[in-house]
Amino acid sequence: MTNDNVKQALRDLFPDPEPVVEAATDAEAEGDKKKPAGKKEEPRINGLIERDHAVHGYDIDVQLDPGELLAAVMIINKAGFFIESITGVDWIKEEQLEVVYDFSRYDFDTCRIVIRTRTPRSEPKVPTISKIYPGANWHERETHDFFGIKFDGHPHLIPLLLPEDADFHPLLKDFKP
Amino acid sequence: MSGPIHIRPDETFTLNVGPQHPATHGVLRVKMEMDGEYIVKAETVLGYIHRMHELMGENRTYPQVLPNLSRLDYLGALGYTHGHVLVIERAAGIEVPERAEYIRAITVELNRIASHLFWFGAFVMDLGGFTPLMYAIQDREHILDLLEAVTGSRLTYCYYRFGGLYNDVDDDFIAATKAVIPMLRKSLKKYDALVTGNIIFMKRLEGIGPISAEMCRKYGATGPVARGAGIDFDVRKNEPYSVYPEFDFDVPVYHECDSLARYKVRMDEMEQSLRIIEQGIEKLPDGPIMPKKKPKLIKPPKGDYYQAVETARGSFGIRIVSDGTKNAYRFKLRSPTYSNMSLFDEACEGMMIMDALAMMGSLDLVIPEIDR
Repeated sequence: MTNDNVKQALRDLFPDPEPVVEAATDAEAEGDKKKPAGKKEEPRINGLIERDHAVHGYDIDVQLDPGELLAAVMIINKAGFFIESITGVDWIKEEQLEVVYDFSRYDFDTCRIVIRTRTPRSEPKVPTISKIYPGANWHERETHDFFGIKFDGHPHLIPLLLPEDADFHPLLKDFKP
Repeated sequence: MSGPIHIRPDETFTLNVGPQHPATHGVLRVKMEMDGEYIVKAETVLGYIHRMHELMGENRTYPQVLPNLSRLDYLGALGYTHGHVLVIERAAGIEVPERAEYIRAITVELNRIASHLFWFGAFVMDLGGFTPLMYAIQDREHILDLLEAVTGSRLTYCYYRFGGLYNDVDDDFIAATKAVIPMLRKSLKKYDALVTGNIIFMKRLEGIGPISAEMCRKYGATGPVARGAGIDFDVRKNEPYSVYPEFDFDVPVYHECDSLARYKVRMDEMEQSLRIIEQGIEKLPDGPIMPKKKPKLIKPPKGDYYQAVETARGSFGIRIVSDGTKNAYRFKLRSPTYSNMSLFDEACEGMMIMDALAMMGSLDLVIPEIDR
């Protein structure tokens, strides 16, 4: 029940709810070889995709704009999810950085939510969620260490795992040690 | 300029616990602002043994990363390697023979007991009792001998392969494991009589170091920390993987939220792990330990894959973003102690320093796993 409510609430975030089916993305993955070389992949549009837990390990996959992030996290917080982790992915070809948020439930009825948001690589900035989930504090600092993503409103955005004077971001794809 | 030092009554001072301090079990530093013996504010400083395993996961091929995973948590390494092979098997669609999965479950549980035994000894030593550590290490040695015989190493195992195992177990291992189980049961009773209920021990832990269920949720605490706060959460039960649905075992949960509850959860978990090992040995099927058909080169299809496993410290998550090549595009490790430790700053505010150190012990920290 809770899951359906959360799904609906998250769907409501998107102005034109287009039902995206899992088959589309799987076909895209498998159909890679068939595609003529040099053809650019279509970037994923914002929205909610239901994933097969057996294949991907999570159930709900949401991509949204950084502006909608706080609204989505508030829905998840209200539904009683706990924060699993926050991390980044550097999509250097698309000139974008992706921030990935994982949430899960203690009364796990097969529901793991992934929230993704993309920010331009030249000026990576997303709002902090550490006011909703204080545990995000460390995860955001770590993501800032590794990718240089600024978390707007973070109370203490200094290096956590890297040296205190570090000015490099090792997980960026153009990082040279 | 000699003379007595005058400290105003409202003045605080800064105390550095660590990075080289026996109570932090590794190179962890906690900067504490103290008012006498009370902690006003604490800030954990990490990164002293940060090795950037996530970058190594990106610039090596999948099989080359196998040994890295056991360098995260040197006490319960098999649980982490288990998560790693499971996520690659999920991504690349590799079938695992049943015998291999059973042996994985048996060895992971053995490793979990070894990890909890060492924690038990170190925790009681934090509280001032030295003898239990010696008993615990002696018992742990039996388990390490078992694991050494089958995996080839004592701590940093690299035993699981994508699709199966490196080495099959023999009859000697089965017989020795069968012999160790009753011995460990006897030891657990001994520990209970020796430590649990001791008046000094109880006064240090009962009602001390509260970590509520809501706090666990906000910080993402899992494992014995969450179960000591009354949360019935165990990845083995809630999101079953491997052959765990085949086993009959309980998840110990205590509702007191204090350090003693977390101690009791771990002590009960060892008994449950023994039950799983017993059943595993009984049900262990014959057959191959590697699949017949296995891709020579591991190249998972494009996509994003996640796998969570229950290690000795909590829910360990591993995310692979694959771009279809032989290296991972992104290799994220979500370590349980990282989340468990992150609540320490808030939880220890207003506590006395000795109580805070007892609470820190009850979190079961392994620093290489926090720093990665």
